[in-house]
Amino acid sequence: MARTILIDNVTRIEGHGKITINLDDSGDVADARFHVTQFRGFEKFAQGRPFWEMPSLTARTCGICPVSHLVASAKACDELLAVRIPRVAADLRRVINLAQILQSHALSFFYLSSPDMVMGYDSDPARRHILGVAQDDPQLAADGVKLRSIGQKIIEILGGKRIHPAWVVPGGVNDPLSVDERDKILAMLPEGFEIMKRTLSWFKGAVGSFQEQIRTFGNFPSLFMSLVASGRLEARKGELALYEGWLRFTNENGEIVRDDVDPRRYDEVLGEAVEDSSYLKSPYYKPMGYPDGMYRVGPQARLNNIIGTGEPLSNVEFMEYREMYRDSLNSSFHNHHARLVEMLFCLEKIQHLLNSKHIMDKHCRALAEPNELEGVGVSEAPRGTLFHHYKIDENGIIQWVNMVIATGNNSLAMNRSVTQVAREYVKADRLQEGMLNRVEAVIRCYDPCLSCSTHAIGHMPLDITLLAPDGRVLDHLRRDA
Amino acid sequence: MPPLVGVAPGVVTLKINGVDCSARDDQTVLEVAREQNIHIPTLCHLEGLESVGGCRLCLVEIQGMRGLVAACVTKVTEGMEVQTSTPQIEAYRKMIVQMLFTERNHVCSVCVSNGHCELQDLAVEMGITHVEIPYLFPKCELDASHPRFVLDHNRCVLCQRCVRVCDEIEGAHVWDNQGRGIHCRVVTGLDEPWITSDTCTSCGKCVHVCPTGALFEKGRSAGEMAKKAPQLPYLQNIRKGAARG
Ligand code: SF4
Ligand code: SF4
Ligand code: FES
Repeated sequence: MARTILIDNVTRIEGHGKITINLDDSGDVADARFHVTQFRGFEKFAQGRPFWEMPSLTARTCGICPVSHLVASAKACDELLAVRIPRVAADLRRVINLAQILQSHALSFFYLSSPDMVMGYDSDPARRHILGVAQDDPQLAADGVKLRSIGQKIIEILGGKRIHPAWVVPGGVNDPLSVDERDKILAMLPEGFEIMKRTLSWFKGAVGSFQEQIRTFGNFPSLFMSLVASGRLEARKGELALYEGWLRFTNENGEIVRDDVDPRRYDEVLGEAVEDSSYLKSPYYKPMGYPDGMYRVGPQARLNNIIGTGEPLSNVEFMEYREMYRDSLNSSFHNHHARLVEMLFCLEKIQHLLNSKHIMDKHCRALAEPNELEGVGVSEAPRGTLFHHYKIDENGIIQWVNMVIATGNNSLAMNRSVTQVAREYVKADRLQEGMLNRVEAVIRCYDPCLSCSTHAIGHMPLDITLLAPDGRVLDHLRRDA
Repeated sequence: MPPLVGVAPGVVTLKINGVDCSARDDQTVLEVAREQNIHIPTLCHLEGLESVGGCRLCLVEIQGMRGLVAACVTKVTEGMEVQTSTPQIEAYRKMIVQMLFTERNHVCSVCVSNGHCELQDLAVEMGITHVEIPYLFPKCELDASHPRFVLDHNRCVLCQRCVRVCDEIEGAHVWDNQGRGIHCRVVTGLDEPWITSDTCTSCGKCVHVCPTGALFEKGRSAGEMAKKAPQLPYLQNIRKGAARG
């Protein structure tokens, strides 16, 4: 008899996810799905608002990566103004975007994922959180807290408010950098470098024991999409680009499938399917159709796509990363390692940008009236490529909005990954803690920006229902946060 | 200078919150209280414009008078005893501010006036952390037809400052009201797009007297619209002088 195992998250703060696992008649996993019931009315209620409001408005889409939305949104607004923003403005936006990626990756790696790695995927869930890490490996926990706070402080110094800074505006940023602010940020970086050195060497030593995870966590062929440097600006073509660049797609063998796509023309290469099971749109690579055009975004996808990071220390780490995983290019488990490489890159790049001569330039905003009625803004958020696409009327009032959010890009891949893990760990209709943890852990590889997946302390609160095909509840398990 | 026409004002004595004060008899309770550094919250009142007593935030209690009266439009009289703050007054003021929030759509975090808004300041002053009455969520339009300014009805508190400044100081009378009660809206011309107004001089006075984010300059992002209140008493005197001269 076919059955369904439902893992339902019970805390609903911003969005919540639940997982259904369908068993076939022999009790094996037929299919699994990660349902995301995140509110999607955003694109609707921005209609009728002045576009100047969009950066702040869209930053409210997400309490976890508001800066990423600010940046993508402001870039879309620059397009509406049809201006080239001052160089210092672009660089200051780069810095705040890097700081955001730094703090978000630190949250994902240290707070959410390191408990599994330090204590084991089957360890006592009551202890398996950052406080448990603090007992077993105090240095690692302290490093995580410190690194995250460096990212947050940089955002705070630049943006004024840590959670929703309104500093990034259409045409640039609304306040230049002061010497004092620059020096404060620069002074925080050396400790960050120390932390990254320690953490990378710890992880590279420990990764040997995660062979099982590497084998089973999202290890399947797919495309990978990210921005890479276009080569027109300071970076070399194909280097890591988090603020602007062109879209590149590679395949499961690391070969370039499509390159040099102007991200403004994203809708020529990306289609969007809306599945019944989820409010999250499922984008796919158009030339390959749905669902074969499944692609992944995020840290691993970015590192799969680039030729180098363009900064010395992280480039060495990147080369080593590439060497280590030559034969397991497709495992989503590598997102964790990729996050470490990117955090190092963020620190280096911030330092690099802040030491440039023009970073203190006072003219940091281009003023203009709207000159175009349509604009697309794209940047790399911690979780992957983020698209904002607006249409306005001649008075600057928003008529139409489309956003492709990073977590949405990964939705097809997340389903596939959950299925893969479930196949490996669900063999009977008994619900076991270890299985749940792995389903949860594979979701965390993608670090989806849902509050359920980002409980800083403790594990995801879970509610699991085992359903017969006729809807009868066969078994029920509940785990509170 | 020609002599001022009219009767010379007399002097009265009164008590505000138990404090003895003397004042001219053409002054309002609000003016005298301010001279004495006694705080009375206001919203529709703006020095330099005729008071209309619209918002009722300046409610005070006067011994011997039934009900509460608006301090901005009540003239002082001999022997008056005024209380500016009682539990009842405080409760009414809080309720008024809450109702202002619920009548329109105020989303401070993304509002151009965030951090520079008189309505927001009032809420802070009164310790309003949440609103106890249901929001109406009216559907409100924006008028962004003017090349430099935007009117967003979502943030309007109907204080009439824009209407008065445009009429009394600029002399253009672009603004007026339409509808009653919660259906009341400020309008430009005969409820036509702002850009079509023949009399608007684009002076921006309405924008800068507006206490909220309802009137703002184009191109401002969240929190960027700090108003520069024009020197209205000065402008008013100039106008008076011009009228006489
Ligand atoms: S007008 Fe004032 S109270 Fe209303 S949303 Fe704007 S800041 Fe908030
Ligand atoms: S637009 Fe501003 S000044 Fe005019 S009535 Fe509304 S809140 Fe008052
Ligand atoms: S300030 Fe007196 S009624 Fe508005």
